[in-house]
Amino acid sequence: MSAKTLYDKLWDAHLVREEEDGTALIYIDRQLLHEVTSPQAFEGLRMTGRKPWRIDTNLATPDHNVPTTDLTGGVASIKDPVSRIQVETLGMNAREFGITEFAMGDIRQGIVHVVGPEEGATLPGMTVVCGDSHTATHGALGALAHGIGTSEVEHVLATQCLIQKKMKNMLIRVNGQLQKGVTPKDVVLAIIGKIGTAGGNGHAIEFGGQVFRDMSIEGRLTVCNMAIEAGARVGLVAVDERTVEYVQGRPYSPKGDDWDKAVVAWVDLTSDEGAHFDKVIELDGSLIEPQVSWGTSPEMVVDINGFVPDPAKEPDVVKADGIQRALDYMGLKANTPMKEVPAEYVFIGSCTNSRIEDFRAAAHVLKGRKVADSVELALAVPGSGLVKQQAEAEGLDKIFIEAGFEWRNPGCSMCLAMNADKLPAGKHCASTSNRNFEGRQGAGGRTHLVSPEMAAAAAVAGHFVDVRDYL
Amino acid sequence: MDKIVKMTALVAPMDRANVDTDAIIPKQFLKSIKRTGFGPNLFDEWRYEDVGQPDSDNSHRPLRKEFVLNQPRYQGAKILLARENFGCGSSREHAPWALKDYGFDVVIAPSFADIFFNNCFKNGIMPLVLDESIVDGLFQDVFAQVGYELTVDLESQKIIKPNGEKIPFEIDAFRRHCLLNGLDDIGLTLAHQDDIKAYEAKHKQEAPWLFA
Ligand code: SF4
Repeated sequence: MSAKTLYDKLWDAHLVREEEDGTALIYIDRQLLHEVTSPQAFEGLRMTGRKPWRIDTNLATPDHNVPTTDLTGGVASIKDPVSRIQVETLGMNAREFGITEFAMGDIRQGIVHVVGPEEGATLPGMTVVCGDSHTATHGALGALAHGIGTSEVEHVLATQCLIQKKMKNMLIRVNGQLQKGVTPKDVVLAIIGKIGTAGGNGHAIEFGGQVFRDMSIEGRLTVCNMAIEAGARVGLVAVDERTVEYVQGRPYSPKGDDWDKAVVAWVDLTSDEGAHFDKVIELDGSLIEPQVSWGTSPEMVVDINGFVPDPAKEPDVVKADGIQRALDYMGLKANTPMKEVPAEYVFIGSCTNSRIEDFRAAAHVLKGRKVADSVELALAVPGSGLVKQQAEAEGLDKIFIEAGFEWRNPGCSMCLAMNADKLPAGKHCASTSNRNFEGRQGAGGRTHLVSPEMAAAAAVAGHFVDVRDYL
Repeated sequence: MDKIVKMTALVAPMDRANVDTDAIIPKQFLKSIKRTGFGPNLFDEWRYEDVGQPDSDNSHRPLRKEFVLNQPRYQGAKILLARENFGCGSSREHAPWALKDYGFDVVIAPSFADIFFNNCFKNGIMPLVLDESIVDGLFQDVFAQVGYELTVDLESQKIIKPNGEKIPFEIDAFRRHCLLNGLDDIGLTLAHQDDIKAYEAKHKQEAPWLFA
């Protein structure tokens, strides 16, 4: 048998049938549902009188529209009627079809991509789908995870399968050791800066090399989360002891005999020696510096000690034009040192960076320090009720509050501003989220993507700084 | 999805080119959580005097009397006769959802926008492409005769006029098969349900913890 990549193995293990033109039916082990992309899928089932194929593979939680302030009024307290109806509809659909939902008020409620791994609901070797492009996150556990559209959500509900064509294999190897103060977020931003937002188009990306072997599972989740920002629907990290250790004992993880069998099966979830990758990119991890984005696409990043780029120095006219447009939107002048860019808002949260390690890292920087007076709002938004609970048990909430942060309830929040948390026009925000598109965090808002540590340091300084000066 | 084999129905004429998806269903209705219920807002801006909102009570809104779908003679039409490039604009499925919900099963035009054309099939609407001159002729017939009906026979791939004249049409064999059998993507996949069940049995053996 020829050598296979991890992606090849996961694909082969879930192939139900394949047509001559390569169109295949892939069996899905887990579907995560949230309120924005599922209503029409359930509606479709009702219209056609179809039932979910396997109810127990589905798990629902509202996240995008959930307020992060007071939750005591429950769903009824959501002011925007459109948001409220979406959240209510998820609950009604879950009840009607018998699907488990972690509703508002449930300690397990949170951002789907934080909740899945946390509950052991997404496991190594699984196929995972969700009507959300950041589903790639779950690949950090050695699962094949796809973001899908609403008609596909319905298709998976009704058939337990997804119609897919196989992607190509890409390996991004990051060798060596990271410097102190350089985080998984910096690694993935540096990768996107190098290969661009279309670099992974049509490929499943496996992240390999010493840096990922040494990285915690939460760090790997951060990296795979942003595979989509590199153009790839799928990001993967091979299973190792850390993965197994992370998964063990979680509510949905296998128990007893099943656990023993699962662990044996998971050992094989790595790319074979000599497996063929269509594209290989190598980076030296020891050279990666803390990153900060300056523009309106995740590939527009520089080292913190770098400068806002100058379109005049870009020979390609189309690119120069793109740089100029981004600078105009961001209100930045070419050649400005990144350290002089203000951070008027700070947002620590989103499915990229809202896990317990993220809050520990940020709290480490904030401890005994204060948010600068020039900062108008600093938000800390845990990814789930359980992350929040854990952080509070460790006293991290106090560190944030004493520093001048608002300590909020879980949800997507200012990552895309579907709820009430919005970045005002013209304001610069140090954000741990994943997209710095125009208007993403609020109409006219100016997002700078950074790690939680870098966001915390920017909050203290009132502008972007090298976090290594704060450690 | 409903099967479409052969139907005889009233025809409504939409006598303008490049009807886009925003005209078919304006964007304020896209926030809905449903794919049904768009019918009352089909062609909303052309149909009503005021600007519709998702929570408007459409039964009380002032109608533009001259708009074709508001004319008594076209009530109950299931076939829409249209001009070139029908359905241009966005890729969202709301446009076919609205047409279907209103009651249209067939749209006849000299040409359609690509994505809209595909979305029609996904939602049980038959988009039929006929020569410009033939479409012209049909428009004249429809205007000339109140209660003008056409028969669309998918089996024999012919449109039959009230006078018995037959107009053949082309349709992709696979699409035709889907419409005749009422199959959408899900229906097609479910046609392989034995394969899915066989896979599932094997998967359960190999990874029992996924079925615990
Ligand atoms: S946190 Fe942001 S990126 Fe993640 S699922 Fe929510 S909205 Fe999407």
